[in-house]
Amino acid sequence: MQLKGRVWRFGDDISTDVIAPGKYLRLSSAEIAGHVMEGLDPDFARKVQPGDIIIAGRNFGCGSSRENAPDALRLAGISAIVAKSFARIFFRNCINLGVPAIDCDSLDQIAEGDIVEIDLELGLMTNLTGGQQFSFQPLPAHLISMLEAGGLVPFLEQRVAAEEAEKLKAAEEAVA
Amino acid sequence: MSQQTLSHKILARAAGKTSVTPGEIIWAKVGLAMMTDSSGPRRIQANHIRLKERIWDKDKVVVISDHFVPAHNEGEALIQRITRQWVEKHGIQKYHYGEGICHIIPVERGYIRPGTVMVGADSHTPTGGALGAFAVGVGSTEILGVIVTGEIWLKVPRTIRVWWDGKLNPAVMAKDMMLRLIGEIGDDGASYQAVEYSGPGVKALSLDERLVLSNMTTELGGEAGIIEPDELVLEHLRAQGQTDFDPLYADPDAEYDRELGFDASLLEPLVACPPNPSNVFLARELAADKIRLDQAYIGACTGAKYTDLVAAAEIVKGQQIAPGLRFLVAPASRQAFRRALADGTISTLVEAGATVLPTGCGACAGLGNGILASGERAISSTNRNYPGRMGARDSEVYLASPRTVAASALAGHIVDPREFEG
Ligand code: SF4
Repeated sequence: MQLKGRVWRFGDDISTDVIAPGKYLRLSSAEIAGHVMEGLDPDFARKVQPGDIIIAGRNFGCGSSRENAPDALRLAGISAIVAKSFARIFFRNCINLGVPAIDCDSLDQIAEGDIVEIDLELGLMTNLTGGQQFSFQPLPAHLISMLEAGGLVPFLEQRVAAEEAEKLKAAEEAVA
Repeated sequence: MSQQTLSHKILARAAGKTSVTPGEIIWAKVGLAMMTDSSGPRRIQANHIRLKERIWDKDKVVVISDHFVPAHNEGEALIQRITRQWVEKHGIQKYHYGEGICHIIPVERGYIRPGTVMVGADSHTPTGGALGAFAVGVGSTEILGVIVTGEIWLKVPRTIRVWWDGKLNPAVMAKDMMLRLIGEIGDDGASYQAVEYSGPGVKALSLDERLVLSNMTTELGGEAGIIEPDELVLEHLRAQGQTDFDPLYADPDAEYDRELGFDASLLEPLVACPPNPSNVFLARELAADKIRLDQAYIGACTGAKYTDLVAAAEIVKGQQIAPGLRFLVAPASRQAFRRALADGTISTLVEAGATVLPTGCGACAGLGNGILASGERAISSTNRNYPGRMGARDSEVYLASPRTVAASALAGHIVDPREFEG
């Protein structure tokens, strides 16, 4: 799975309260998407474009376990998040909702607005603007399929459908 | 091959590998899946239908109604009905309504097997680690995945070893051990890491007390909090008719990412002040400030097990709680309640002025009875004291051991329980 996008830079300890402000929690994820990161940059939701990539520091997504924080980022157009480290629940929620979350330790040479390319299978990120390359632990094939399917539920849905189709075929063959 | 920690050995076994390395993502086979009335059927139902309502192994699914029991409004009653209908429809035998808190029942019944991975849709699922399992908490979407497939992806955590030398004095409890640790490394001190508790100070603890170490690993941000299962644990499992287990132990020269050491014999009663569990002070120092209390609460998976009820009763025996204070006791399980009834522990508490509440999460989660009004202050044997946890956003929760909570109930302000020890 390969991704390419424009970079937005954020620092350490970006909490789910900043990503999806608590006052919007009654709204749907799609509506919260119009307010993501408002606490840090009031115009972020307006400026962000489909495919954009967030590059951040340590402990990204700390705070409450609300699933609508990664969901709102996804709906705002963010295609991947690369950070020095993630809060546990946030990391899990990202992958399960179909947003690639990548741990990568040295990110300092990437600037806001740079274009980066990410290869999840190879575990390689290239800064097409600055020319540097960064490696990270590649995600296993299973998890990449899950990201490609759009998250855990759609992924399992495909798997269950495939198994049912298989069963149906076997039953038909038995009759024939 | 380098020597492995207990966490890594359990994960390697669950993934069908000989070893694992931190940061690696594995697919683990799950031994037990747990969900509650809050996180369970009402939240997974719609997506479960999308997945053709499959269940990988109904004997390995536990559903526990503990958050909204007994229902105290129509909404909660509806949640209970949805939960009941779901377990009936799917023939789930391990369904417990009002019998106890979701982290206690699986321990009491012998559902958790050492050496396996347990997944629960509740943040304090690490409690199960006290039986030598790798027990992790997840959200509702993920528990659905486990229920359908019996598998979960896990990022192998780094391991911290916490070693306790010495033995606790009678006035201090496992709760004080955890407050000490959280105070030391902070409420994100074990973020995305596994914590392994060992040493003579841990081995000397009863099973009830060990649960507190594993339970409050969540307050360190930890993924799992594990204790090697010794004869005490295995004997408990056998007594529940559970014999299908194959425990694992850390290799003798296992490499830990970080090692911390403490001496249990030097520990004194502690209190975590608002606004978070890492804001820890000595109870005897706080006593000087005469911090006035409106409520003292013995409750939750952390602090209302049988031994907690006994500890509180020992302190208040033959005395009366301070005038104007509410002393509330919500036993963590029916079994704990029955034992405490049978041996007079409950009468001791009630004679001292306690009100006994239903078994369940209750005020620990800001539900049920015992909610704090704006500006009120409680001392509590629970595990979290973030703003608004037990009621109004500007109410305050001080966390302490059941002994310290009981002693403070007598004094009407926060004290060191040694002031009331015979
Ligand atoms: S008692 Fe409190 S900490 Fe324990 S499961 Fe219930 S709400 Fe969570």
